[in-house]
Amino acid sequence: MQKLGDFKLPHFFSYPPYFTLQPVRETREKQVQLWKELILDYCRSQRVFVIGLDEEFPLFSNPAIERSLSHESREVFLSALVSEGRAEWMDKNHKKCLILWLRIQDWADCIINFVKDNGLEDSVMTIEDMRSGIESRGTELAGIDRGVLIRALKLLEQKGKAAIFKGSSTDDEGVKFNV
Amino acid sequence: MAAAGPWLQPAELTTSGRPVLLQGEVERLFISSIDLEAEENPNLPSLRSGLLALTSHRLLWIDDTSRYAHSIPLEAVIHAFPPKKSIRSMFASPRIRIQVSASRDGKVGIGGSASSMVITIVMRGGKNDPEAFFGKLWEVLKLRSWEVKEVKEKENLGELGVSALGEGPSRVRTAVVGVSGILRKEQEMWESTDKSLQEAFQDLNALMSKAREMVALAEKMRQKLLSGSSAQANPSDEDLGSKQEMQDWLLSVGIASPVTKESAGALYHQQLSRQLADFVKVPLDKAGGMIALIDVYCLFNRARGTELISPEDLLQACVLWEKYEVPVMLRKFDSGVMVIQSKAHSDEEVFARITNLAQKPDALRKGISPSDAALTLGIAPTLAKEHLINAESKGLLCRDVSPDGFRFFVNLFKEFDPTNMFSVKDDGFCKAWLSAATVASA
Repeated sequence: MQKLGDFKLPHFFSYPPYFTLQPVRETREKQVQLWKELILDYCRSQRVFVIGLDEEFPLFSNPAIERSLSHESREVFLSALVSEGRAEWMDKNHKKCLILWLRIQDWADCIINFVKDNGLEDSVMTIEDMRSGIESRGTELAGIDRGVLIRALKLLEQKGKAAIFKGSSTDDEGVKFNV
Repeated sequence: MAAAGPWLQPAELTTSGRPVLLQGEVERLFISSIDLEAEENPNLPSLRSGLLALTSHRLLWIDDTSRYAHSIPLEAVIHAFPPKKSIRSMFASPRIRIQVSASRDGKVGIGGSASSMVITIVMRGGKNDPEAFFGKLWEVLKLRSWEVKEVKEKENLGELGVSALGEGPSRVRTAVVGVSGILRKEQEMWESTDKSLQEAFQDLNALMSKAREMVALAEKMRQKLLSGSSAQANPSDEDLGSKQEMQDWLLSVGIASPVTKESAGALYHQQLSRQLADFVKVPLDKAGGMIALIDVYCLFNRARGTELISPEDLLQACVLWEKYEVPVMLRKFDSGVMVIQSKAHSDEEVFARITNLAQKPDALRKGISPSDAALTLGIAPTLAKEHLINAESKGLLCRDVSPDGFRFFVNLFKEFDPTNMFSVKDDGFCKAWLSAATVASA
């Protein structure tokens, strides 16, 4: 079985038609579904948040069978994720795609758990610390995309469970929890 | 069948409703909306509004639905009366009367000239020109082609004696004894064949007048080849190959009486359509039930010899099939490719063969290209591609487009489980594919 780093690839990754956009509706639906799952699985295990359509992305080609996805098919598969709320286009030209292997709501839950686990209720943290601090090491939050984190925090803010306050620079942005 | 009663002989029709012609018979004219009546004997049932075909040998009346037909041998025609010209006839349908010989109990054309009766040909609808028909009829009667046939048959009998001589030593005649006798006779035959070939190719007019003889010659040669190959005990492969080739050539010479605008007039496309339906049966069988329209065009025109038809005429003839009960149909693929297929031909059968082909270890690993399929199915690559795309649309195959080209694989998407990406079902193609793929990489 083929592997990408420590990521185990499924059998169909060596199936040449998997890399050609199928024109028949039923077949394509199944193909799109398989791609969606594979992209989410891979991004989650490799902690990839952003996929650039024009950049090299290991999942989009299989050198062993000399097949790779066309630009059109990449866009089709990512758009399928976008329409399900599992991804978002970051620009109008669909050049970059933000992959939400956890939805914003799930990220917010994740933060709450993190806060509780570390006894941070009613305390203050900088955003940078949440992404790369000692507390977050080894948790889902480690290395989280900044945009995703802020959106999750804003969701918490709406619910009154956190308050974001700005410092003099972006590095200083902080959050006060109120769980 | 018996709607017309027993007073006229039944005539044979092909499955697509064209008259089966006798040896040497040529169609001369087709007219529609014709009644046949036995005026002197109103007890005999009339034949109502059918097609009337005048050939060099017979008058054929074909039922409007082309299910059954009756014939009057021209041999039996004693006299033909021209259409009457009178004030009255201007308002009634034109009539032409023919006096024919009949048996005592009133059966036309059987039993010599024991008695005779008059048959009236009534032209309804006013589209037909009675004078023209009468002119043609008169012309054909004067030619007496049916007598030519009899003479020919006698000649054939003579030749038959010769060929029988080669096969069985018991029939040896004193005139031609032994190998030298056979050789001499063969030589004579060659010379006469050679002569008629030379005459035929002298100029185009000569060729056209000789066309009939050429077709007959081709048919005779084919028959001879057939009997020859069965008589020979161990024909070598090469011999067999060249014989096969020769037969194919001779087969393609073949439409003795092509439907033309001149003979069929307004019924041209209808009759052309029926003739085409009869013609395509042999090539269809050979091609496995489907053949590209362009190939049919070439084959058909080649068989027609000098009476070429245009692509439009061919297409129109094919489109008309929808109206008749013929065993073939025109089919247009989504890509615009048009083919003729027999109605007995089923896609399922082709799909089964394609799926079978796609399951071979090699095909599982590398897929199949249209040319692979064309080789296996014995059809043209364009057609094979249509079949593959058709099978793809049914979900049997899926495509792989790469720098290596356009290939098709057995559709495994159905078998992959998105919730458990690493599972392999025990039944199904996936396992076979995996083992084929791993053998390749090992």
